[in-house]
Amino acid sequence: MYRYDEFDHAFVKARVEEFTDQVQRRLSGELTEDEFKPLRLMNGVYLQLHAYMLRIAIPYGTLSPRQLRKLAHIARTYDKGYGHFTTRQNLQFHWPKLTDIPRILEELAEVEMHAIQTSGNCIRNVTADHFAGAAADEVADPRPYAEILRQWSSLHPEFTYLPRKFKIAVTGAERDRAAIEVHDIGLHLKKNADGELGFAVFVGGGLGRTPMIAKKIRDFLPEEDLLSYVTAILRVYNLNGRRDNKYKARIKILVHETGTEELKAAVETEFAALRESELKLPEADIRAIEAYFAPPRLKARPEGDAVVAGAVQKSPAFARWVARNATTHRNPDYACVTVSLKGIGEVPGDASDDQMDAIADIAERYGNDEIRVSHEQNLILPHVARADLPAVHAALVEIGLATANAGLVTDIIACPGLDYCALANARSIPVAQEISQRFASPERQEAIGDLQIKISGCINACGHHHVGHIGILGVEKKGAELYQVTLGGSAREGSTIGEIIGRGFGPDEIAGAVETIVETYLSHREGQEETFFAAYRRLGVAPFKEALYGHEARAA
Amino acid sequence: MKILAANRLTDGETVWLGAGDCWVESIDAAHVARDKEDEERLLAVGKGGLASNQVIDVTLVDIETVEGRIHPLRLRERIRAGGPSIHPDLGKQARLNARSAA
Repeated sequence: MYRYDEFDHAFVKARVEEFTDQVQRRLSGELTEDEFKPLRLMNGVYLQLHAYMLRIAIPYGTLSPRQLRKLAHIARTYDKGYGHFTTRQNLQFHWPKLTDIPRILEELAEVEMHAIQTSGNCIRNVTADHFAGAAADEVADPRPYAEILRQWSSLHPEFTYLPRKFKIAVTGAERDRAAIEVHDIGLHLKKNADGELGFAVFVGGGLGRTPMIAKKIRDFLPEEDLLSYVTAILRVYNLNGRRDNKYKARIKILVHETGTEELKAAVETEFAALRESELKLPEADIRAIEAYFAPPRLKARPEGDAVVAGAVQKSPAFARWVARNATTHRNPDYACVTVSLKGIGEVPGDASDDQMDAIADIAERYGNDEIRVSHEQNLILPHVARADLPAVHAALVEIGLATANAGLVTDIIACPGLDYCALANARSIPVAQEISQRFASPERQEAIGDLQIKISGCINACGHHHVGHIGILGVEKKGAELYQVTLGGSAREGSTIGEIIGRGFGPDEIAGAVETIVETYLSHREGQEETFFAAYRRLGVAPFKEALYGHEARAA
Repeated sequence: MKILAANRLTDGETVWLGAGDCWVESIDAAHVARDKEDEERLLAVGKGGLASNQVIDVTLVDIETVEGRIHPLRLRERIRAGGPSIHPDLGKQARLNARSAA
């Protein structure tokens, strides 16, 4: 993985010193809250309901065991013994004291981490496919490009005060696991007919109060032009994006109001002027960054098939886990393991300090020293020998993280919601917990098959509800929580925004409503091969509406 | 009826303005303003707390009293007063539980 060079170290150290001084000046009263707030936000420090919150960047979701241990240490020493992994592949601590944050940032810098640009109207942490560099269906590892974008965008003077925040996601596979079509810029790394690497460029996707699917404005951008083209997009946005209304300030609104063709023309004009500038990426520089992401030397482990087959025979729990949580690796002796942070009834995305330490140990022993955070709020061990899967499973059982539910109905995305967040209108986590408990039976989950439930506690949509197969949005109505349901969303290639199905449900009704939806799917599907999403596309909303509201319509 | 809520600058802890214009950690000890004049006074003291860098995010919170205890009307403020509903072991509610168990 990427290692800081001298410049990176000096840059992060200087930033920690600067923010430490700002915190001191705030505590002494030299800075007012109005002066300090934008400074703390630029360093990932929010104020929530019970305490401050510190959001730490995990670039493209890649972590080393050493870094994960440091996060465990911070959780244990400065927080309340746990951390929350987010849909932007970051980690949030929900209880840090302002007085401790300078020391936390110093500790993070020791392991090449920081909290810069995890808030504010700037280019945020660049996200990527969590199976990057390991997946069998990948053209090339997208992380070198994500790293190039990270370096270029860090404290970029021109793009520090954008109209609004700006999120970029990169994937290197046809199967989009990075939700690129719901990002401000989505980059799909691919090869052209001549075998050269480049990108399909999507722009103007986003969730929040006005969900939009991104428009493709380039089918193939040569890799050397990455920064010139992205700069061109950012310039057009920075100049023309709306600053009069926060809710209309994202690039998706600019794309929508300008029209894709006109926006594309403006970007191309800017790009023509930039193309031969210093932004052109020299081949040697791309390959130098790429070298940091050289795949680990994976030893031949041909005994994997026999070991897995034997373990499957012996243990139904292992069989279920390997079927759901092990994904095809490009090396047939290996697998990508999903460590589910979605234990039945647990808080989606939370991991304790001890669990983080244990996963770091497992990654060192069996995982070639790599850990990833997925936007689905799970952890990934991208390079595990199939022959070691029984040992990894056993180690995960020990720490309560062997739930065999990747991609199933209980693998729920949920934002922190009103239990923590100052912006939320309703709780998300208890809804996730109740649904998880209702569908706890592994047999029932397996019978239901692939199904993504995504829950947000407010319209800002951190829980990606718009692109859940079943999406749940919590709102506040007359002082009480109310949950609106959308169906048919997807964040995969050819993303779709879910449709609102009807009136909302109270906190005591919502899990039952989800169960009704799932039962309706089961009774209408054309066989187990037809997933919930496919069945919904075929059936439309009608049978689900009838199941949920039919009796009311008849009564009325 | 209203009370004045804020977060303490140094650690973000939720606090309310209590008797003698002190910031208190338990909502039960918050001073209840029963008329406009008292609300104005709370806000003025809160502004002072902001200016003297004791607290941030100062807001008036609507409440009712239930069996003599302060009960915020909005769930948001009730969660703020207790702690995350999913973690009875964390936040103010944990401290209260520990005290009542002792």
